[in-house]
Amino acid sequence: MGKSRDIIAYLQAAPLMAVLLAFLVVPIGMIVVVSFWGATEFSIYPAFQFDNYAFLFGSPVTYKVFFATFKYAFITWIFTLSIGFTVAYFLAFHVRTQAMQTALFLLCTIPFLTSNIIRMISWIPFLGRNGIANQTLISWGLIDEPLEWLLYSDFSVILAFVHLYTLFMVVPIFNTMMRIDKSLIEAAYDNGATGLQTLWHVIVPLTKPGIMIGTIFVVTLVMGDFITVRFMSGSQKANVGRLISNDIALLQYPSAAATAVVLLCTVLIVIGVLLRFVNIRKEL
Amino acid sequence: MSKMRYSRRTVLKGGAAVAAASTLAAPMVWAQEIKDITLRQFGTGVSNLNDVATKVKEDLGFNLEMTALDSDSVTQRAATQPDSFDVADIEYWICKKVWPTGNLQAMDTSKIANYDKIVGTFRSGKLTPESVIAQGTAPHTVGFVEGPGGKTFADNETGWMTLIPTIYNADTLGIRPDLIGRPIESWTELLNPEFKGKASILDISSIGIMDMAMVCEAMGEIQYGDKGNMTKEEIDKTFAIFTEAKQNGQFRAFWKSFDESVNLMASGEVVIQSMWSPAITAVKSRGIPCVYQPLKEGYRSWGGGLGLSSSLSGMELDAAYEYINWYLSGWVGGYLMRQGYYSAVPETSKEFMTANEWGYWFEGKPATDVITSPTGDQLAKAGDVRDGGSFTERMGAVACWNSVMDENQYMVRKWNEFIAA
Repeated sequence: MGKSRDIIAYLQAAPLMAVLLAFLVVPIGMIVVVSFWGATEFSIYPAFQFDNYAFLFGSPVTYKVFFATFKYAFITWIFTLSIGFTVAYFLAFHVRTQAMQTALFLLCTIPFLTSNIIRMISWIPFLGRNGIANQTLISWGLIDEPLEWLLYSDFSVILAFVHLYTLFMVVPIFNTMMRIDKSLIEAAYDNGATGLQTLWHVIVPLTKPGIMIGTIFVVTLVMGDFITVRFMSGSQKANVGRLISNDIALLQYPSAAATAVVLLCTVLIVIGVLLRFVNIRKEL
Repeated sequence: MSKMRYSRRTVLKGGAAVAAASTLAAPMVWAQEIKDITLRQFGTGVSNLNDVATKVKEDLGFNLEMTALDSDSVTQRAATQPDSFDVADIEYWICKKVWPTGNLQAMDTSKIANYDKIVGTFRSGKLTPESVIAQGTAPHTVGFVEGPGGKTFADNETGWMTLIPTIYNADTLGIRPDLIGRPIESWTELLNPEFKGKASILDISSIGIMDMAMVCEAMGEIQYGDKGNMTKEEIDKTFAIFTEAKQNGQFRAFWKSFDESVNLMASGEVVIQSMWSPAITAVKSRGIPCVYQPLKEGYRSWGGGLGLSSSLSGMELDAAYEYINWYLSGWVGGYLMRQGYYSAVPETSKEFMTANEWGYWFEGKPATDVITSPTGDQLAKAGDVRDGGSFTERMGAVACWNSVMDENQYMVRKWNEFIAA
């Protein structure tokens, strides 16, 4: 009896298992395998060598680029979190009717109906030397010379990241906030807590799973990105994604694979650390 | 793989067509079946023009499917997906890189009607008998192999060509004369602190390194043995100079695609940069002054040609030869020359251009009337002279060709470091 139930359970899980195996495990396995291969100008050949990793860890550029990647992820996280939390808080606690909540929430998503690339590129004419931003500031008399750092700089890269990914913070935080029992907040006020105290001691702890999910989204998206960095920095800055894409463009697949494996491990470690803070499964 | 593709086509066309192709060599006879043939061509944007495909259908009757990609993707595809194309429209330095994969087949020059009229640059390497051959991957050095199946390049005209040359040009720096306001004469100006934050180079390593070399050599900082095949020390020194400039904020941005270069220039973000000739045209057609500045050290040149996939055979192969002969017969050449490129067989193109166009584009004479692009944009008015002058002045002043070096992998890694620096 118990045995046949086991088999049925396995069968039920089999389709998902097969999908994950074919589209997740096998491709990643391939990348790991290829990362040990060798490459010539135009082809790759099977081998088991550590050249790719040796070069990767031996080059100061790698460390610099990984540092830049973390820097982008961290700064973007700070901004998306503070904006995302504020927006979600407003939607969840200040907007009274559910209809209004839904309407405002949909409003937040409207920019996301356009393509990622378009939203990013549309910043370029806006921030340029003779762009709208500089012209406006000059006409207001705030500056005499156009600000050069508005475009093709870390500033523009992070601006684009924040613009692109804030919604990924808003949605999960809003979702967890909506589940908070309103009577808990009333109880806090009844016990004499100030607004700030309620926020810090009641709402933030209860929103942690949402914050964590949003964080994972933002961090993984930023760490894996290459196109935003390329366009918004005018190809002048690099993150790990760009290293990989450059390698691929130059047919250096094994070296790209090795970088990808290191990046994957790094992101997994980051997520592992994050999950130590909050047990998402328990709290959902 | 090629077997599979062949059998799919066999099914599509019916076995009879294949039988016909193998027995009947004369092109006229397969007029019926030819309508079903589709040649798949891919290459960089410069010559993958829909107008060409339309004209092929009109003149030759078969279909030409075009895919435009950037240089890196073109190389990648030619090297890794031989069954995804029939005709590869690639540059000579790409040919050097992908020929050893065996994905392309050599072409019999006796089947190329206008072979004898092809410009000397692509055959002996000399534009005129007195010409000095420039550094880098000069087209004739990778233009021939010993015979069908040959994997190594031959140093003379063997009768078996790797690529049939179609399009080429001499590249230099593009400038905004209105924003610079003084004459520019040397490659050194790219790193002139006067243009701090207003310069750009292209982020395609194999071409960018050549522009860098032109600059470093003009500055007198480095004497290269061969700019097209640098030693590790030369590569290191070149990058050291440019990394320092980058860290001092010399560059506004680097560009990778044609459109990016146009936007950088048109918006005034950049006033001096590496550029391609149609990009200059695109900036000008917006009414913004832009000059393709001839420089005293000479040009960095490039050339492209059509290569045939090694899996092409039978009727498709005949169609491909037909297509190449048509390509050199003048219409495309005229079309490309009116965009500012050069055709491999200029004399056939002449018939497809007006005397005014021929004089302006090829002979470097002042335009006698308005010059328009093939798409109808006005490019020059009466009295204007082409930047750099005539064909022989421009192509005769080539200092180096786009190339791939023996130390390419090392250079690429250095390039990555440069971008991250």
